[in-house]
Parts: sequence; structure tokens; C-alpha cells
Amino acid sequence: MLLLVEQVLNGLQLGVMLFLMAAGLTLVFGIMRLINLAHGSMYMLGAFVAATVTAASGSFMLGLLAAVAAAALVGLLVELVVLRRLYPRDHLDQVLATFGLILFFNALVQIVWGRQPLFMDVPEALSGSVEMIPGVPYPAFRLAIIATGLTVAGLLYLLIGRTRLGMQIRAAASNRDMAEAVGIDTRMLYSLVFALGAGLAGLAGLMAAPILAVESGMGESILIETFVVIVIGGLGSIRGAFLAALLVGLVDTLGRAFLPTLLRLFLPAATADGAGASLASMGIYILMAAVLLWRPRGLFPAPA
Amino acid sequence: MKLSARKRLLWYVGGALLALLPPLAGLADEPFMVSLASRILIYAIAAVSLDLILGFGAMVSLGHAAFFGAGAYVVGILAFHAFEGVPLASGPIPVSGTNNALVSWPLAVIVSALLATVIGALSLRTSGIHFIMITLAFAQMLFYFFDSLEAYGGDDGLSLWSRNDLAGLDLGDDTTFYYVCLGSLAMFMLICQRLVNSRFGMVIRGCAQNERRMRALGFPTYRYKLLCFAIAGAGAGLAGALIANQTEYVSPGLLHWTRSGELLVMVILGGMGTLIGPVLGAAVLLLGEDLLAIFTEHWQLYLGPLLILVVLTTRRGVYGLLLGRGNDGG
Repeated sequence: MLLLVEQVLNGLQLGVMLFLMAAGLTLVFGIMRLINLAHGSMYMLGAFVAATVTAASGSFMLGLLAAVAAAALVGLLVELVVLRRLYPRDHLDQVLATFGLILFFNALVQIVWGRQPLFMDVPEALSGSVEMIPGVPYPAFRLAIIATGLTVAGLLYLLIGRTRLGMQIRAAASNRDMAEAVGIDTRMLYSLVFALGAGLAGLAGLMAAPILAVESGMGESILIETFVVIVIGGLGSIRGAFLAALLVGLVDTLGRAFLPTLLRLFLPAATADGAGASLASMGIYILMAAVLLWRPRGLFPAPA
Repeated sequence: MKLSARKRLLWYVGGALLALLPPLAGLADEPFMVSLASRILIYAIAAVSLDLILGFGAMVSLGHAAFFGAGAYVVGILAFHAFEGVPLASGPIPVSGTNNALVSWPLAVIVSALLATVIGALSLRTSGIHFIMITLAFAQMLFYFFDSLEAYGGDDGLSLWSRNDLAGLDLGDDTTFYYVCLGSLAMFMLICQRLVNSRFGMVIRGCAQNERRMRALGFPTYRYKLLCFAIAGAGAGLAGALIANQTEYVSPGLLHWTRSGELLVMVILGGMGTLIGPVLGAAVLLLGEDLLAIFTEHWQLYLGPLLILVVLTTRRGVYGLLLGRGNDGG
């Protein structure tokens, strides 16, 4: 039972990280109709900058600011130089060009930081664990990730639903020409949304840095998982992305934790462990295929 | 017709060059060229098969490496059982492994085709970006399946003890193997050429342009596209069987999504919607990688922007450039 609580928390933590990634990706798709494979590169940059700045300055907050700013800036630059030209192109061109960006950023990171993975310490203040429920100590840093993710989700909800900028974003998403006709500077808006998404990816990278190895190519596995999230949630829908992120996080974590044990009830131990591990790592993809077959446009499709 | 003359010239020159490559490489004292060329031919088969669905059928699949890897694993697993002497399946009819190419290669093709039929049947219910994503998801499923398949090496992969036996030919000899690859590519391209110019091919191309209209004309488009998807899977399976033999090693890396991305790149780089294009694309990409790797270990730093440039500036790829202006690339 205690293990279950812990694993649910782990699942939530993975879920909010995925949400931070998915928010940017789904906004960019919803508004600009762009598939951006290079989103994982912003996550990677965030992690590298965070690890470097934190190590150099000794301040986690400085690392946080630097990571988010660096990812947002690089995102802005990439949008201005390359992606802007891809909006009117078909998805195939977008996939290829952003695939090229991945190759570029992975090589760039290897040149700047080398091939050896970096490691980043959990900040002092969050290095302990918290016993929220008696008997279940949980690392404070992971709790902080969950809290941050939920906060960002709330802020995004307010930004999009309650502010003038959010209104413009919604307008541009539903009809670009009409939005331009009523005087919204869509080019500016697109750059802004892109930088926002990249910054969120950088934030996710920062939070992953103390948990995972910071290395070239680290953005790709989370990128694919993020795609699973936004496709399940319905492309372009922030609400869908949020719910799907939590669902994917939970399915993945709980599957890995409990499937082998569950299968042991029916199968010999060795077979159960093997099949459980393999089913668990395939789990989210099976989930996605099932959702797409049941609802081809995802669970919460944004109104087209 | 100037254009068709150019095209024919390209076929003849390319064909002659490929046929004479091993002796030429021998003269130039670069025997390594032969094995690089075999690799190019193998990837060319996979790229041509992807172009069947991508270029002719407008189905953007980001999971084609799944069939490539599945074909390789069929050959690898059969060879593994043949060497270990452990039957693949016991029971009323025991199935043993085999190192015979005449058995394992067709089996690789069939397994890949069946897999493509199942995945295609489900994926083709979606379209557009969802199709891209669901093919990616299925490929990832297979990637993780083989990745956690401990009996066959898991993420370490599986080493073969030797290349397969093909009707008395010594495939261990790189030159012989090269000609087998060349023959396979030629055969597959011939089949594809007949296919795309047949009534079936016309229907597929019609679906790419306007599927709704094809349906209105009374064609069961879903079935046509599914068959096309399965044939493409079969081609990738053949390429997989060959790559397992070339490297004498199979690993989940063959199914990684970046491999699917590379295959897409080959098709676009060479010229989508043509049969020669993907072959040229495979050659340009793999040679380019090799060439850049001589000068710098960070060749991806240059390949990435180059790729973006190609996407932004040209739609017809290398083949389109070779044919010159004023053609539809077809």
C-alpha cells in the first residue's frame, strides 16, 4: 500500500514533467500547425545550462533562471531562423527539418560539453525527504517538481483563459487570417508562443537534470513520450495535454512497478518478469494506439 | 524527348557503375568501398520501399524501421537457433532454426509484411499527423519489445556466427555479398516499377492526390492503401534480412525511431515519388556521413543544417537536380 502511494507520486512527478514538455509542443501545434521534433533539444539545453550554471555559481535559483532563459532564447532564435519558414509547409517537411535540428543540437552539445554525461546535485534546501503521509517519506525535490508542474499548469490556464495575450493565442489558433484582420500581430505572437514553449521545455530539463544523467540525446526519449501525451490528449488542447500527461505518467510508472508482480499471479516468475518488463515499457504506446483507434483525434480534441 | 533520354542515361550510367564497382574498388585498392556500397544498396531497398507509401501513396510513416528491424531479427533469431541447436518451438511440430537464406529471407519478408498488414490496418484508420504519430508509436512498441527480449540479447543485440548460406554462394565474401545485394535491389525496383505503373499503382497515386474522389469513383481505398503498406513492409523486411547478414549482428538499434527518420531523409534527399530518388538519397546520405566523418567526428553538426537547407530550398531532391529543370521529377 505504501509502495503504491510512492509509485503514484512518482507517476505524478513524471506526469507533470511530461506536461511541461507537452504544453509547449501542443500550443505550437495548435496555433502554428507545426510538428516540432526539436522540442526535446530545448529540454536538453535547459538541463545542460542548469547543470553548468548551478555548478559554477553554486546557486540553484541562478541555474533555474539561466536554464529557462537559455532555452527560451534559443527557441526564439530557432523560430526566427528556421521554423518560421516551415509553418506553411506540410508535416513531412516539418518532421525532416526539425529532425535536422536535433542532429545539429546533439552535435553542438557534444562539442561544447563533451561526451561524458554531467551530473547535477539536488539543491540543498530540497535534498531531504518529506513525510506527508506517515510512513511514506518522499524526496522533497520530487515533491517540488510536482508542485512546480501544477503551478505552471494553473498559470497557463489563467494565461490562456483570462488574459489578453491568451485571447489572442486562442484567436490565432482558431483562425489565423481572421486574427490578423482584427489587428493581431501573428508573427510576433508566434515567436512569443514558441519562446514560451521552449522556456517550459527548459524548465522541464532543469528539473530532470538532478534526476537523470545530463547527456547529448537525452531529449529524444522524453520527446517521443511527449508526443504520445499530446496525441492522446488531442492535438492543440492544453487541458487534454494536462490530463493525458498525468495518465501517461501514471500508466508508465505503475506499469513498470507492478506489472511483473501482477503477471506472477498467472505465469512462472522468470516469464512474468520478462513479459512484465517488456509490456510495461510498451505500455504508453499501447495506450496511445488504443486511444487513437477509439477516438482518432484524441481524448479532448481542440475545436478545429 | 530530352528528359527521357537523360533519365535513360542515368539508369545506364548508374547501373554500369554499380555492376563494375567491386573490380573498380579492387583496382583502386579500396576493398572497404565494396562493403560500404553493400550497405548503401541495402538501405536503398528500405528507402525505395518507404517511398512506395511516402512518395506514391502520400502516407507519411515515421515507423518504417520497425519492418526493417523485424526482418533483421527473423534472420538473426533463426540463425541463433540453428547455431545453438535449440529448436525454435517444440511441440507436436518442432521448428528448428536455420541458416539457409532460401528459408530465412523469405520468412523475414513474410513476417515483415504480416506485421505491416496488422500495423497498417490499425494506423490507416487515422490520417495526417495522427498517422505519423501512430506509426511512430507502433515502431516504438516493437523497439521496446526487442529491447526487453532477454532471450535474444535484449538491448545488447544478437551476434550472428556467420552470414547465411545462399544456394552454395559464399556470402562471407564481400564481393559475392555485394552482388546479392545489387540483385535484390534490382529485383525489388523492377517489382516496384511494375507496381507503380500498374492499375494498382494508379489507384494509390490517385489516393495520394485526392482520396475522397477515388472513393467516390468506387475504389475501396483503404484496402489499396493497406496492400501498399504491406508491400512496403515486405521490402523493408528484405532489407532487414540483408543488413543482418552484412553486419552479422542485429540489435534494437535497427528499429530506433531515428532510423525511421534517416529512411525518411534518404527518400526526401534523393527525390520523393520516384524509384531512383531513394537510391540516390541512400547513397548521398551514407557517403556524406562517411565523408564528413573523415574530417570531423561531429559530422551531424553539418548534416543537420544541410538537411534543413534541402527541405527549405528543394522539393525534388538529388534526382530532380540531376534531371535538370522543367520536369515533374516523376
